[in-house]
Amino acid sequence: MSRVAVLKGGNSLERQVSLRSGARVEDALERLGHDVMPIDVGTDLVDRLKADPPDAAFVALHGRDGEDGTVQELLEILGIPYTGSGILACIRSMDKVLTKHLLLDAGIPTPEFFAFNETAFRELGAAEALPAIEERLDFPIVVKPAGQGSALGIKFASSAEHVPAALVAAFSYDSKVVLERHVKGRDLAVSIIEGDGEVAALPIVEAVPREEDFYDFEARYEIGRTEFICPADLPETVAARAESLAVGAYRLLGCYGFGRVDLMLEEATGELFVLEVNSVPGLTETSLLPQAAEAAGISFDALVGRIVELSFERAGTPAA
Amino acid sequence: MAQGRSTSRDLERYAGLFAARTRVMKSSAMRDLMAVTARPEVISLAGGLPDTSTFPPDTFAAVTARIAAESCAKALQYGPTEGLLETRQCIQEVVAAEGIRLDADDLIVTTGGQQVIDLVTKALIDPGDVVVAEAPTYPGAVPVFSSYQASVVQIDVDSDGMRIDLLEETLDRLDAEGRRPKFIYTVPSFQNPSGVTMSLARRRRLVEVAHERELLVLEDNPYGLLRYEGEAQPTLRELDGGVYVLYLGTFSKILSPGIRLGWVAAPAPVLEKINLGKQAADLCTSTLSQLMVQAYFEQGHWRDYVDSLREIYRVRRDTMLDALAEFFPSEAGWTRPAGGLFIWVTLPDFIDTTDLLARALRDNVAFVPGEAAYLDGRGRSSMRLNFSASDEHAIREGIRRIGKVVREQVALYGTLTGKREPLQQAQREVAPPDAPLEEPEGGRVVQLPQRMRRHDRTGES
Repeated sequence: MSRVAVLKGGNSLERQVSLRSGARVEDALERLGHDVMPIDVGTDLVDRLKADPPDAAFVALHGRDGEDGTVQELLEILGIPYTGSGILACIRSMDKVLTKHLLLDAGIPTPEFFAFNETAFRELGAAEALPAIEERLDFPIVVKPAGQGSALGIKFASSAEHVPAALVAAFSYDSKVVLERHVKGRDLAVSIIEGDGEVAALPIVEAVPREEDFYDFEARYEIGRTEFICPADLPETVAARAESLAVGAYRLLGCYGFGRVDLMLEEATGELFVLEVNSVPGLTETSLLPQAAEAAGISFDALVGRIVELSFERAGTPAA
Repeated sequence: MAQGRSTSRDLERYAGLFAARTRVMKSSAMRDLMAVTARPEVISLAGGLPDTSTFPPDTFAAVTARIAAESCAKALQYGPTEGLLETRQCIQEVVAAEGIRLDADDLIVTTGGQQVIDLVTKALIDPGDVVVAEAPTYPGAVPVFSSYQASVVQIDVDSDGMRIDLLEETLDRLDAEGRRPKFIYTVPSFQNPSGVTMSLARRRRLVEVAHERELLVLEDNPYGLLRYEGEAQPTLRELDGGVYVLYLGTFSKILSPGIRLGWVAAPAPVLEKINLGKQAADLCTSTLSQLMVQAYFEQGHWRDYVDSLREIYRVRRDTMLDALAEFFPSEAGWTRPAGGLFIWVTLPDFIDTTDLLARALRDNVAFVPGEAAYLDGRGRSSMRLNFSASDEHAIREGIRRIGKVVREQVALYGTLTGKREPLQQAQREVAPPDAPLEEPEGGRVVQLPQRMRRHDRTGES
């Protein structure tokens, strides 16, 4: 039995989701016989961890601070083993621009894109380049903040006149935004869990929105509004390629323990594209990774147990 | 290993058990954002909260001591579904101050005004039935209507309140479609969220329309006594005499929302159904709360407290209006409420106020995005600001921070479009703060948003 701190909540816009992930993880850890120390992350985080150091920290934070390497940095300094990816992988995966450049360099397909920070528009006249971008990407264009983990701030510009407002919206979340070619097709998620020295892809989940014609923030975390099909009904070759691309992206970014890679299967071409890599995917009742694990016969408790074991393995400390 | 508490299987299991009505009971991105507004460092202009710190603790102590001494057992006991007679007598006193004469039998004491909206909807609405509401409407009414699977039709509001001409057009159209609305929901005075007040002419016409078409009107009047200037308007209930108007009142804004006490006055047959509905919902309203109101009213100072609130809130409203004029860009427009708790601001339509809230939260300030007040995706460029719950310093600072972010976005949009086009959507409040008001009930009101939902929200990531 170990004493495990569950870091959750915090100040990110995904606070609510994180609280739900955290609560579920706590239940699982208790069932596994661990001594659980729930922490809603705030200004007293370091004090609390120093005053009563846990054997490990389960990072159940999503979005800013939790998923971008900040909390991981603190845990490294404090010498506390923690779950999931390390600092560098978090930085790489939280920044969609960095992720996409790395994917391109490695030959992993990702939708064509352009990225700008606010100063490019404010100071370098980037607005003049918009028509050329619009021509290259074709409409509709997806406009999204570079560093927002959820679907918040993601807009779908159907014509040139909608691009500026979409940019203004995306800049509400981050000083850097991505304009990306819209890939029309099927929405796939490949969850990944490590074990026995292997990086294994779990059965693919396809998200099919039930009512709306877009996959929005609301639908994403709600029971009954999006239908999840797991394993996704895909030809074997397509599934195998999606898995290999996902594992490739996961390895490329240097992720550890577990993660989730989101892809699109383009309807017109049958091509697969990696959209992003999540270093701390959601663990709520409706989250994709736990569903995928379940489909592979790994219970939520077993999943949580393995993620904690891996944190000890990396730290080189035996699980207590 | 413990038996797997499975996800997808659970998901399916529960999904199959949920009632159809839960499909429209949605949590939203906005609600998740609102969770972050509770941080202590955030100046929240988002709530609809009265300032309960103004209530004298001595009075509270005296009230509770008296209950303990004189009616302890009663306070701890169940009570009648319609409420204690003593409490209904206090309510008679409050509504009399609004010009309404009611018998104690005309009333049911409820668990806050919110329960009235729920009970009335429960009593009147079958799935698919039409409720007519204002556009924008009270955000808290939206989930109630949704949970009974009402089909909500919203009628635009301008500086004189709900557009009765549009209401009549809409009723004709619904009639032609064979759809008969069951009731019209309105907050005629200092409306939540827009702050505007329905003119006397429109009040009269609305009551006539209700009589002509035999439709019920649910008049929600939580703020009527919180008027900061101008003459009080008669309530719809007074004009109608209690035939088609159901009247909702509450102690929340004149005493305390924490005691959860509201009331409904309605024609006897409707009241009877509401009573049965309430029995099913919670048997009775808290006896303790009801006795607190009674003990408080017996001290005889409730009007003085309302007067003190009026003075505090008037100053806060003026502070917010001044700050808006100082810190918001010329592209923004807002209402000038003569009472109540809220100002409604409309920004250029390229600004989405839900996204703006995410940005504003980084500067530790919050408001309610306008989309919460519509069921049809409109309102995305508007916001509701509350001036009752923060002191003047916080109001000014909060408005300064929001203004800064709005200006940034306006400037960015100008840069992106290569021009700063004058936006016809936006007019600015032009009356200087000390100018005499031509329209005491609403001031000049910018158009409330007309834009339909754009299919520009997606994320396949």
